[in-house]
Formats: sequence, C-alpha cells, structure tokens
Amino acid sequence: MLLSKAAIGSKVKVVSLESKGLLRRRMMDLGLIPDSEIEVIRESPLGDPRAYGIKGSQIALRREEASQIVVEVVN
Amino acid sequence: MGLTCESCSRGVLKKKFNLRCGEKFVIALAGNPNVGKSTVFNELTGLKQHTGNWPGKTVVNARGNYRYEDMEFVLMDLPGTYSLLASSVEEQVARDFICFGQPDVTIVVVDGTCLERNLNLVLQVMELTHNVVVCVNLIDEAERKGIFIDIKALEEELGVPVVGTIAREGVGLEELKRRVLNVALNIENLNPKKISYSKPVEDAIKGIEPEIDRILKGKLNSRWVALRLIDGDNTIVNSIYEHIYDKKTLEIEGEEVLVNA
Repeated sequence: MLLSKAAIGSKVKVVSLESKGLLRRRMMDLGLIPDSEIEVIRESPLGDPRAYGIKGSQIALRREEASQIVVEVVN
Repeated sequence: MGLTCESCSRGVLKKKFNLRCGEKFVIALAGNPNVGKSTVFNELTGLKQHTGNWPGKTVVNARGNYRYEDMEFVLMDLPGTYSLLASSVEEQVARDFICFGQPDVTIVVVDGTCLERNLNLVLQVMELTHNVVVCVNLIDEAERKGIFIDIKALEEELGVPVVGTIAREGVGLEELKRRVLNVALNIENLNPKKISYSKPVEDAIKGIEPEIDRILKGKLNSRWVALRLIDGDNTIVNSIYEHIYDKKTLEIEGEEVLVNA
C-alpha cells in the first residue's frame, strides 16, 4: 500500500521508498526509513497535504511525496 | 588563547559572515526544529531572543556573546533543521554557516524525548566537523515520559562530549560551557564516530576525494564534499563558489542589537 492511501488515524510501517535522489534522502532525513512507524494524523481541507506523525514529530507531506512511500498496516 | 582567527584564513571567512570576532571563540548552535535551541541560546547569553513552542521560529540567525573562564564566546543561533542537505533556505543557512563560517565549536541541541530522530543531524554535523558538543535538552520532559538517557553511553558511542540539560531551568549549562571551552581549546579527547558507507559509495568517495582536495586545498572537509556531490546536491557547488572563490559575498546577519552583551 502507498502511504498516500493509508486511512486517517491508521498506523503504518514503512516497507520501502520509491523516491530517488535528493527527495529520497530528504524523506530519510525526516525519519522515513524502512520499519519506522507512521501515524496518519489528519488531512488538510482539500485532502492534500496530510500530516503524519513520524518519530515524535508531525510532518506534512504532499500526496506526490507520500505516494512514493510503500507501507503496510501495523496492528 | 591558542589560535585566533587572524592567524589563519578563517578570519576572511568570518568577516563574510559578519562576525567580527577578534579573540573570541565562535560557537554555532544547531539542532532540529523545536528542541529548545533558542532557550539554550538565551540561557547562555542572558539575552531575550524570542522563544516559542513552534517550529521555524528562528528564521534569521541570532547572535549573542557570553563569557566563561575569562574568555569570550560568540554564539550563533541557527535555524532548526532536520538535515544539512540544504533542501530549504533554513537548512542552507545552517549548513553554510557550519561549513564556511567554520565555528570553533558546534553545539547540536537534541530533543531528549525523541533522540532517534535527532541523532541523524548529529551524525551529519559530525561528518562535517569534529568539534561538536551534543546537548541533550528536555531531559526532564523525557523522564516524565519514562525515557532515561544514558549520557555517558551516548558520549562513548558518538565519541564527542554529550551534556544533558534542562535549558529552561538552567540545569547542565555550566557543564555545557565547560565542555564547549574544552573542545574550543582542543583539550577534550575527541574520537568522533566515523560513518562508513557501502562499498560502491566508499569507492566513489575514494575516486573523487583527491581531486576535491586538490581544488579546495583543505578549506573544507573533502570527504563530506564528495558525499554531497554523490548525493547530487548542487547547492554545495554554488556555496563553495560563493564563499571560497569570493564571487559573491553572502552575509548571514545576526541581529545587530544583540552584539552589545
């Protein structure tokens, strides 16, 4: 599943990053590395960007960026 | 007092960053957004730089002075960043200062409640300079959350001084000043952890590092520059052009009001 499709309020785990180059590095700097847990916190009125809880911070990602992150739901 | 900035080419660089430092040590204050950098800054300098609990508050650098053991320190409060990759203006400001302003010591303030996220920046700064002191702030809040940080173990792991602080209450700041002075005077036993990459990356570094060294003549850490080039980060090339080849003078201004401390 892609992070951009994860339901609000759900908790997911990063499987892999599809982004390349500097964007990939940027995502990793923000704490999006395989196995790290992400909570989908809320979305902006138009649905994009959305706020994610990543390693103790809230980070807003655009759909464009979130759709390059493969995740799986954790229970 | 050991090396002064007049005694080496750093004086020129410092002038460009609007730092008239004389016999003073220059200390940079880096860290993730919202970890209390400005609080540490205020507690050290006695100034009232605006603090607030939201990220991105420090947009321009603030500058202040403090005295410790009869020595003058100039402290630069840098904008909060998650990395030194220069993907935003704040990050570029922070990176360029640590890179080209060449502070005597860089204090990296980290949030004790989420160390993992913060240590990324610590390692990035350590790749760039060895003169690092890590300030683990908010240890009271961490303890409230049931997180107890083994400062000594962290220090051994990183190989640079680590100090636990509660900046809001002034706890740990004496120790911070002492360790900063030690690093500035070069009497701290530093053994910074070196980050090794996968073989293809290390091979690529080996391939271009000598050439970078030849061009930069030791003005910057060539391994670090090599890594940025491998990353495909063009902003570093522009910054090198600006700061080292003097094509353009970039001033990162501290607020003048803060100078008369």
